[in-house]
Amino acid sequence: MFHWLEKNPFFFAVAVFLTIAFAGLIEILPNFAQASQPVVGTKPYTTLELAGRHIYIKNNCMGCHSQLVRPFKSETDRYGHYSLSGEYAYDRPFLWGSKRTGPDLMRVGNYRTTDWHENHMKDPAGVVPGSIMPAYNWMFKNTADLDTAYAEQVTVNKVFATPYNTEIPMADGSKATVALADSVEGARAAALEEAKLVAADMKDQDVKDAVAAGQVPEIVALIAYLNSLK
Amino acid sequence: MENRPLEYDYTVAKWFMLVTVVLGIVGMLVGVILAWEMAFPAVNTIAGSGVAEYTNFSRLRPLHTDSVIFGFTLSGIWATWYYVGQRVLKVSMAESKFLMFLAKLHFALYMVVVVAVVGTLLLGVSTGKEYADFEWPIDIGVVLVWVIWGMSIFGLIGIRREKSLYISIWYYIATFLGIAMLYLFNNMEIPTYFASGGVGAWYHSVSMYSGTNDALVQWWYGHNAVAFGFTVPIVAMIYYFLPKESGQAVYSYKLSLLAFWGLMFVYLWAGGHHLIYSTVPDWMQTMGSVFSVVLILPSWGSAINMLLTMKGEWQQVAASPLIKFMILASTFYMFSTLEGPIQAIKSVNALAHFTDWIVGHVHDGVLGWVAFMIMAALFHMAPRVFKREIYSKSLMNTQFWIQTLGVVLYFTSMWIAGITQGMMWRAHDEFGNLAYSFIDTVTVLHPYYTIRAVGGTLYLVGMFLWAYNMYKTMTSARRVEESELQNASPMGA
Repeated sequence: MFHWLEKNPFFFAVAVFLTIAFAGLIEILPNFAQASQPVVGTKPYTTLELAGRHIYIKNNCMGCHSQLVRPFKSETDRYGHYSLSGEYAYDRPFLWGSKRTGPDLMRVGNYRTTDWHENHMKDPAGVVPGSIMPAYNWMFKNTADLDTAYAEQVTVNKVFATPYNTEIPMADGSKATVALADSVEGARAAALEEAKLVAADMKDQDVKDAVAAGQVPEIVALIAYLNSLK
Repeated sequence: MENRPLEYDYTVAKWFMLVTVVLGIVGMLVGVILAWEMAFPAVNTIAGSGVAEYTNFSRLRPLHTDSVIFGFTLSGIWATWYYVGQRVLKVSMAESKFLMFLAKLHFALYMVVVVAVVGTLLLGVSTGKEYADFEWPIDIGVVLVWVIWGMSIFGLIGIRREKSLYISIWYYIATFLGIAMLYLFNNMEIPTYFASGGVGAWYHSVSMYSGTNDALVQWWYGHNAVAFGFTVPIVAMIYYFLPKESGQAVYSYKLSLLAFWGLMFVYLWAGGHHLIYSTVPDWMQTMGSVFSVVLILPSWGSAINMLLTMKGEWQQVAASPLIKFMILASTFYMFSTLEGPIQAIKSVNALAHFTDWIVGHVHDGVLGWVAFMIMAALFHMAPRVFKREIYSKSLMNTQFWIQTLGVVLYFTSMWIAGITQGMMWRAHDEFGNLAYSFIDTVTVLHPYYTIRAVGGTLYLVGMFLWAYNMYKTMTSARRVEESELQNASPMGA
C-alpha cells in the first residue's frame, strides 16, 4: 500500500491530509458545538475598555502576563477564584498567555488601583522593587484608537450577537447593560466620559489636561481595561 | 553513476540560502537583546527612552519568535526544498519556465511579506495570538506565498523522472499540507473596518473564535506550527543530507515508514498539552497529555533511524564537522522530544507551565535541532551550489563547539530557573500561607537570566562565524570539480 502511495503523489497527499486532519476534527468540533456560554456577571467590553485591550495587545503584555488562574491553592490564594470557561465568552482573542514573567492579571481589577497602575507603568521598579518590567512612558503620550474599538464592538455585535444594549444578569441579582453607541461620534463621547472617571484618579497633569481637552491617552484606556479585569 | 548528472538550476535555492543566513542572524540577535533585557532591564532603553517603544521587550519579543520561525527556519526549508526537490525528483528547475517563474515569484512575495511583518510588529500591529500575530492583509500575503510554494512542489513532482517519492518529499508535502490547514483555521478573522461600514483602522480584525474556543484553535495551531515548521521539514532535511554526506544508506525503510505515518497521526493531538489545567474540557487535556507521551515513539523512530545510518561509520563524526552538526541535531531532537512529553504529563505540567523551563525546551529544540540541521544542510549545499569547497573546516569546528556550549548554557539555566520559579510559586509556609511574594520569584532568577544571555550570545557569535564561512565559501574558496562532490563535502583547512 505504501509503495503504491509513494508513486501516486495525489493520493499520498490526500492520505497525509486525512491523517493529520483527523485529530483536529475529533478535538475541536465537540467543543464548538457547545460554544462558550457566558457565566453570570460577564459583560462585553465598553469602547474605552476595548481600546485599552487593544493597547494591551499592541504592547504584547500577554508575552509576560497570563490571564488564566489554574485550580491550585497557590494560585487561588495569589490571584483569586480559578478561571471558568464562561468568563472568557467575549474575549476575542483569548489572552491567556504562555509565560508568567510577571504575575497573572485575570483578576487584577480586584486588587490594584488606577493610581497603582499609573505609577507602575511609569516606573515599575519604583513600585515593585526588583521588577524587571520596562517602563511604558509612551502610553502617556499616544492617543488611544477609540474608532477601531468601536468598529470592533459593532462587528462582534452584528456577527457574533455579543449582547450590547441588552440586560445582563449580574452576580448580585441586579442587571447591567453595556451600551453600544449609534455612531462613532457617540462612542467617542461615551468613552471620553468614562475616561474622565479614570483620569480623576490619576496624577499625571499632561494626561489630565489631555482628557479635559477631549483626548484619551493610551494609558487611560489601558487602565480602564485593567480595572475591568475582575 | 550510470547517467550523466543533470544540470540543476540553483538560482532560487541560492537566494533563499542568503536570506536564511540574514534572517537567522536578525532573529537570534533580537533574541539575544531580549535575553539581556530580562537580565538587566536597563537594556530596554539602550537606544534612548525616546525610541523605547521599539526597543522594548514586549515589542521585540514577537519579532524574535516570528523571525526565527518564519524567517530563518522557513527560508532554510525553502532553500533546501529548491535544492533537494530537484535532486530527488531528478528534474531541473530550468526545464520548466513556469516553475522557474513560480519559484522567483515565491521568493519575491515572501520578501514583501517579511518586510511587512517586521514593520507592523514594531508598530504593534498584532492580532494578539502567538506565532499568528499578523493582521489579515499580511495573512493573505502568507497564504499566497504558501499556495505558490504548493504549486511549485506539486509542479515539480508532476514533471519528475524518478517515479517513487523519496522520504524527504513525504515530509515536504506534509509540511505544506499541515501548515496550510493550521494557518487557515487559526487565522479566521473578520476585518472590523468592512464589517462596521468603514470605521477605525482598515487593517484591524477580530478573531472568529472567542475565549476557550479561541485558545483551543490557537494551541492546536501553535503546537503544530512547531510540528510542521520545526519537526517535519527538518526531518525531511536530515533524511536527505545525512545519507548524502556520510555516503551511507538510510538504516531502515520500514522504520522511516512507521515513523512518518506515526508522526502524522499522533502530532496533532498533542496541542492540548498547552491547555492543561485551563478551562478546556478535561478529556481534551488528558488526550493532549497522553498523545504527547505516545509522540516519543515516532520522533525517536526517525532519530534512531538517522543515528543508525551511521552504523559502522562513527569515525566520520570525529573527522567531519558537518556530520557532527547533523548527529548533534539528531541527538538534540531525541532529547527535546523526550523533554516535551515529560512536560506534558499533568503533574509535571502543573509545575512547568508558565515557567522558563518551557522556554528552555523550545530553545534546546530550536537551537540544538532545527538551527543545527539547517546550518548543516546549507554547509552541504554550498560546495554543490557555488562549486567551491567550504572555506574553513576549523572555523566550522570552532562554530560547532561555541554553539554547543551556548545551547547547553541556555537550557541548563532555563531548567533551573523554571523549576525554581514553579516551586516558589506553589510553596506554602506551615500556616498554609504563600511562602513567597511574586517578586521574590522574579529576583531569584537573575543569575540564570544572565547565564542564558551569555549562552545566547555565544550562539549568536557562532551564527556570525557561520555567515563568514558561508560568505568566504561563496567568494574566495577553492573551486571544485563535480567528481569531488559525490559524498562528503570538500573543505579547506
